[in-house]
Amino acid sequence: MDTNNNLTELFKKYEQELLTDWIKEQLAVIPLHENLLTEFEVKQDTTDFYNAFQLAIQGGELVDIKGAHWEKTLQLLDNITKSRTRLGFTPTETATFIFSLKQPLFTLIQKEFGRDVNTPGKELWAATVLLDKLGLYTAESYIKTKEEIIRRQQNEMLELSTPVVKVWDKILALPLIGTLDSIRTQVVMETLLQEIVRTESSVAIIDITGVPTVDTLVAQHLMKTVSAARLMGAECIISGIRPQIAQSMVHLGVTFSDITTRATLADAIRHAFAQTGVKVSRASRQV
Amino acid sequence: MILKSETLELREDNAVVRVRQRARALAIEIGLGLVDQTKIVTATSELARNTVDYGGGGTATLDVINEGNRRGLKLTFSDQGPGIENIDLALTDGYTTGGGLGLGLSGSRRLVNDFSIDSTPGIGTTVSITRWI
Ligand SMILES: Nc1ncnc2c1ncn2[C@@H]1O[C@H](COP(=O)(O)OP(=O)(O)O)[C@@H](O)[C@H]1O
Ligand SMILES: [Mg+2]
Repeated sequence: MDTNNNLTELFKKYEQELLTDWIKEQLAVIPLHENLLTEFEVKQDTTDFYNAFQLAIQGGELVDIKGAHWEKTLQLLDNITKSRTRLGFTPTETATFIFSLKQPLFTLIQKEFGRDVNTPGKELWAATVLLDKLGLYTAESYIKTKEEIIRRQQNEMLELSTPVVKVWDKILALPLIGTLDSIRTQVVMETLLQEIVRTESSVAIIDITGVPTVDTLVAQHLMKTVSAARLMGAECIISGIRPQIAQSMVHLGVTFSDITTRATLADAIRHAFAQTGVKVSRASRQV
Repeated sequence: MILKSETLELREDNAVVRVRQRARALAIEIGLGLVDQTKIVTATSELARNTVDYGGGGTATLDVINEGNRRGLKLTFSDQGPGIENIDLALTDGYTTGGGLGLGLSGSRRLVNDFSIDSTPGIGTTVSITRWI
């Protein structure tokens, strides 16, 4: 009888024993908390996985877990790892789900095939390879989940950092900070246009001092915004184009030819004051 | 000789930002000045976006290379998308099929020291750029 068949039979024959011991091993290591992960959930996850796992190995494929037989099982493993990662489990703790099957399984293999000198070696090896692969799969799944969390938080932060501020009567400023990907740029520009209408402003300053890269997409978004604002009767000023950005834009061939630009936000505000007829003067010293 | 190499997936908008950030980090690492950093990062942004938007996604490979006694940052953008029928046309300022400014390819070429493009309709597109220190 071949190694794979032996293992498949073993999993079927000793389902109850393996499940019980596997769950026991997990409960000894995994941090349980009634609000996080309960004993019931551990049992549920484990039996669900065991069932899917048995179906997968029924196909006789214990080496290549990338095959179609394994799809459902891996999906389940992915979900289990994901939810535990989100609960704040460490990589070790999420991998424990798989690795805690090792001891019960190996003990059983020894007991079952121990009579034949050659057999347990092969079975142990096959089981080790398989569990290692599944363990590594949880590690990948853990990292992917963490990356998703980071990306979501980044996106949330991006949305937060788009304040349109009123500088003066009829004058708005939009200090842009950080990376302008296309989604964020669109959100920011729409917000500005809405604020122009809401505050009945006639000048809007877009300051890009804090923007590390201006590519043609960002430039196009800026130009579209300026045109839209113009149609609404407001003038836009773009300020804070740093020297290195200006040089890159020239090479790209982007010219803000009919757009008012100023070196600094202060210059832009001065220009806006002039446009709206605001005069600023230093108060004379009282003696 | 390639001193260091990394390959990043380019499938969605966020990936463009990540590739740009890695390009910036490597540019700083090999000692490119602020202006040159910005140039190569801007070109990176253009080509990475083309890979996502027109190439249907692909990869970006970032290599730190050494040739004789000069060091450089080489970036290669590859996709298995529709390819480009007429490369000269695509490299013309203002030419766009996607409602862009049509300055991404031509502008990138002006922003870097070496530029090469290889595209076959139905097979895909590979664009390489290098900025030497
Ligand atoms: N990776 C690619 N695959 C297929 N077509 C491309 C690719 N990159 C560029 N193109 C074509 O070349 C044109 C010019 O590209 P580009 O200069 O970046 O301008 P834009 O992105 O504004 O259209 C695109 O509109 C597209 O038709
Ligand atoms: Mg482009």
